[in-house]
Amino acid sequence: MAVKSDIQEIRISGISASPGICIGKACLVDTHGVEVLNTYYILDSDLKKEKNRFKAAVKKAKNDLRDIIKDTPKELRQQSSILESHVVLLEDKLLYDKTLETMEAELINAEWALKRVVTDLKAVFNEMEDEYFRERANDIVQVSERIWNKLIGAAPVDISEIRKRVILVANDLSPADTSQIQLEKVMGFITDRGGKASHTSIIARSLEIPAVQGLNRATSVIKNDDLIVLDGVAGLVIINPTEETLIEFEVRKELYEVQKAQIGRQSHLDATTTDGITFSVMGNIELPEEVVSVLGYGGDGIGLYRTEFQYLSRPDFPTENELYEKYKDVIDVMGDRPVTIRTLDVNGDKAMGNGKAVAEENPALGLRAIRYCLQKPDVFMTQLRAILRAAAHGKVRLLIPMISGMEEITKTKAMLQAAAAELKKEKKVYNSDIEIGIMIEVPSAVMLADSMAPEVDFFSIGTNDLIQYSLAIDRGNREVAHMFNPLHPAIIKMVKHVADVSQKTGTKLYMCGEMAADPANIPLLLGLGIDELSMNSQAIPAVKSMIRLLDTKATRKFTKKVLALNTSDEILDLCQESYGDLLEEHFSVVR
Amino acid sequence: MTEKPNRSTGKATLVNALGLHARSAAKIAAAAKAARAGVRLKRGESEADATSVIDILTLACPAGETLEFIIEDPEDYDILKNLLDLVNNGFGETQ
Repeated sequence: MAVKSDIQEIRISGISASPGICIGKACLVDTHGVEVLNTYYILDSDLKKEKNRFKAAVKKAKNDLRDIIKDTPKELRQQSSILESHVVLLEDKLLYDKTLETMEAELINAEWALKRVVTDLKAVFNEMEDEYFRERANDIVQVSERIWNKLIGAAPVDISEIRKRVILVANDLSPADTSQIQLEKVMGFITDRGGKASHTSIIARSLEIPAVQGLNRATSVIKNDDLIVLDGVAGLVIINPTEETLIEFEVRKELYEVQKAQIGRQSHLDATTTDGITFSVMGNIELPEEVVSVLGYGGDGIGLYRTEFQYLSRPDFPTENELYEKYKDVIDVMGDRPVTIRTLDVNGDKAMGNGKAVAEENPALGLRAIRYCLQKPDVFMTQLRAILRAAAHGKVRLLIPMISGMEEITKTKAMLQAAAAELKKEKKVYNSDIEIGIMIEVPSAVMLADSMAPEVDFFSIGTNDLIQYSLAIDRGNREVAHMFNPLHPAIIKMVKHVADVSQKTGTKLYMCGEMAADPANIPLLLGLGIDELSMNSQAIPAVKSMIRLLDTKATRKFTKKVLALNTSDEILDLCQESYGDLLEEHFSVVR
Repeated sequence: MTEKPNRSTGKATLVNALGLHARSAAKIAAAAKAARAGVRLKRGESEADATSVIDILTLACPAGETLEFIIEDPEDYDILKNLLDLVNNGFGETQ
């Protein structure tokens, strides 16, 4: 560990999880950062003393929890009930008794025994299919950390007690942790673990404060009250900045705020290029309530309505009426703006945890999305009927996920016709004159794009899965996650192929994957010929602003050059050369 | 497994929306702890110690599942009944 005799500026890089720049004092909320595990064997004669040390630590942890619960105001009942369940876990046989037994059987110290027991329990929970139950491992880990802190005598800062505005630094922040923080006091987040899709980044983005994650060693390098510069755009943390650095970043921060305000003010205007072409920029949603956010950020419609949420963790499948009401809610708010409803993308039985799903080794390559729906025609029919009924109230588009061959399209259209016929016979109100499209995410669909084009009205490219399937990468696998790259020449060529087919056949081309949300990718996407982009609502203003800065003829020239390159690095260099200045000036993006 | 002479069992179905999640598990454990001779909980072929929240959670019971409670001592019959009521009433959770 570095000796901090003279204050030296230290810079560490991580994943930019939420944009923005802030300068402030660090507040560590978890001193149990890097795993420096105290493990040693004990003598038989010391066993009783060691067991008592463990029991005392548990007692102290329990008293702490009880005090916090007592001080938690009534409105925060949910927080206190999580803590109450932690008190119960502290005394649980499989944690408490098992640790004591392990200490006795192996003659090892309390910390080691506790670590062993928790690791074993984590393994059991990791095997569980249901995400809710799997996540309960986190509660066990948090409880064990409380005991741990009492054992090693560390004094963690109580999150709920933070009074001044600080930059929070932690190993990881769970939903239970963030729920206890007075979020107005937080200027930014720094964590060792986590990434763009983590809970912390979602909270940071909705609060519009910067966050940098995945730093690995932030908690061992940063000390309480250290002055920190946090650059959420660049994913950079600067500890003890020099005078020059401070000035540089104060300026950058000002610039960023001005840019952000500017971008925000214009978000409701059309996204029209300098040569007069207007593009629709849409929002991706999962819950009907998010519709408001899409409109708030200037979205021109819904490019992807993920309908899975209605099927999660419930005792039975949603009824046609339930689905119809939810879809209608979204359509009503959107008025005459398009709403693209994507049919069930998961395995319905797994989502509900009804025990009917067969365990799969490779669920991403398994029975889900259109395959699941075609195998469960009642579930699919119910959804199709609800969509057709909702379509009577606005501009609905139907989007089918995970299409890998022609038969799936044919069968779906047949079922859609059957659903319309049923509704007609029942004299229900419906509209079957809707646009039908397919997700292009499985590589085989890219190859068959020209055969599929006549059968559909639009393609929607799902870059997240397309990249995973084409480059054979599991994004959740830490060992290869860094290989996930939208600017891979193969991916760009695949999109180009689909774009060419679309142009030739008059099929509309949309993109709803994360690639569309980054302003840096927009020149390429416009140059390739994408007609419409859809993204998480917070990204809409910046993308619209980027479009307004571009000339489509120039983007096509740019794309042609990109297509001649063979490596991502060369492509990134070209992007930097062509649009680097623009991105820095308007979005504070510095490579 | 040899049947012990004093064993009693009872079945109940999970009617609450979230199944055997942390809070309902805690309620079962709290009720089961009062038993003189212990309570076991079965889901299909898997068994757990009903006084351990963690053990109950490892059964990962979703809504709609039928659980079986087993007590060894007839003195604990009231507790068995309490547990069955708890489950049948959806743990008092509002849907």
